[in-house]
Amino acid sequence: MESWRDNRFVFWLLSLPGTFWISLFFIVPLSVLWIYSFGEKTGITDVAITWTGQNYGRVIEPVYLQIMWKSLWVSAVSTLICLLLAYPIAFAICFAPDRWKPILLLITILPFWINLLIRTYALLAVFRTNGYVNKAIGWLWNGIDWLFGGQHPFQPLELLYNNGSVIAGLVYVYLPFMVLPLYATVERLDKSYLEASLDLGASQLRTLLSVTVPLTMPGIVSGVILVFIPSLGAFLTPALLGGANAIMIGNVIETQFKSANDWPFGAALSFVLIYATFGILALRWAITARSKGVEF
Amino acid sequence: MAAVLWNRTPQGPLEYSRRLWLKLLLFATFFFLYSPIAVLIAFSFNTSKRNITWQGFTLNNYVVAWNNPDLLDAFTNSLIIAFCSTLVSTLIGGMVGLQLWRFRFPGKTAYEAFMALPIVIPEISMGVALMAFFIRIGWLTSDVGWPLNLGPIIVAHIAFSFPFVSIVVRSRMVGFNVQLEEASRDLGANQWQTFRYVLVPFMKPGLVAGALLAFTLSLDDFVITYFTSGPGSVTFPVKVYSLVRRGVTPDINAASTVLIAITVIATVLAMKLQAPTKAAKG
Repeated sequence: MESWRDNRFVFWLLSLPGTFWISLFFIVPLSVLWIYSFGEKTGITDVAITWTGQNYGRVIEPVYLQIMWKSLWVSAVSTLICLLLAYPIAFAICFAPDRWKPILLLITILPFWINLLIRTYALLAVFRTNGYVNKAIGWLWNGIDWLFGGQHPFQPLELLYNNGSVIAGLVYVYLPFMVLPLYATVERLDKSYLEASLDLGASQLRTLLSVTVPLTMPGIVSGVILVFIPSLGAFLTPALLGGANAIMIGNVIETQFKSANDWPFGAALSFVLIYATFGILALRWAITARSKGVEF
Repeated sequence: MAAVLWNRTPQGPLEYSRRLWLKLLLFATFFFLYSPIAVLIAFSFNTSKRNITWQGFTLNNYVVAWNNPDLLDAFTNSLIIAFCSTLVSTLIGGMVGLQLWRFRFPGKTAYEAFMALPIVIPEISMGVALMAFFIRIGWLTSDVGWPLNLGPIIVAHIAFSFPFVSIVVRSRMVGFNVQLEEASRDLGANQWQTFRYVLVPFMKPGLVAGALLAFTLSLDDFVITYFTSGPGSVTFPVKVYSLVRRGVTPDINAASTVLIAITVIATVLAMKLQAPTKAAKG
């Protein structure tokens, strides 16, 4: 690596286009949004900048606080389910025979490359009242019902448009994000620690809790962040799978910009989301700085 | 016990991949991940219009999707946007990746964080910020006609794609042997020749992988495009979103299947191209 002073021309040549692009098409738009968040709505797309704090005041109205609280717990539950599923999966892939590893890994991450909208749409189609999940449940129900005399024919369940369907959708969409960092840390984990722990008489559970989990903490933290942050700002999944019953903060922001045309309030909500994201990242930084573990 | 019947040799304490419950979990998860997509693809070949029961094999849905001018326009728009965005993102991202690999300079950590911002910021916040900005400067409201109205979307896609490209290119360059560059200079090549004939050939797999990543990111993006597209600049995901809100029809399945095929091929290509690098690094 050389100092930028040794080759100023090349340094500036390489850095200018990227710096320019991010500044003009990212920092400036965000600044516009930030200024709008202190404005007042005067027309459909017109905003007067009055430096009012009113929009942030509205954010803490009970109705929006409730939606934010719901976004938080729906994301937290989705992240937890992802973690509980992905941890054993990462282990299974790491300890699989070498010829199976790349195949299993590919199968796990391939859905991540398929369009988010298409995957959500696919899930929507199987969760419908006449979709395959209902058909499978109906088949089981009718089978059991038949054994008991067939008194209660199956009524299709409304699986969509509730918090559960949103959580299922978020897990479905973001699971690969959790598996990848976990796989990376479990793969690098020195297996002799596990052998030592088992040799010294610890049970599998004790080894998991006292040896494996602490050693793979950086991967867990990375995975939790990679799933929790996009879940918190999710808009598509709750819009398609949750409908009007499971609105998250992303949907409120969308409404402000696309139909309610209250940009200043939408801008304030967007910044609350950005601050929450930065808060989570700061927390992660604090955790990794303390544990000085392997960085993903 | 089933586990005993399953295994030919006794199971070691660390042979987690041979545990029956782990195998079942792996299988169940893959089933959960793939069955909805498999159903979607299967139903794109279904003769029934209502998309509920399987009636028979047909390619008619593909013909219907192909003959739907809105869907085809949206598809064309998506491809044009992806190509333009990929071209510029690869160029800018390659330069930034090279810069971050090559130079040490004051405030480098802050600069890296600055370049990673579009990756970190929630998509919806970036989308509405760009929407507000483009309307403010009159890019979304002025009637410039096709294909110039795709401009704002392309600009937005480049902004979130090139940081990813720079990461891929930079990680490729880490494996570069600096002595090759010194040898080139010793043998009388100037800085440009060294760049052109030594650095670029080494960078190439990284650039191609970065380009394919930028291509799929652009083709897949829904949220940011949704906020930066106007009535005349609808992309495929945005079009599908408006159709899905009205109902589930087999021609959407057909169009989705085509898009899945394109992205899967691009991904497999990208992985093939990246694989030798990993092997070399060992």
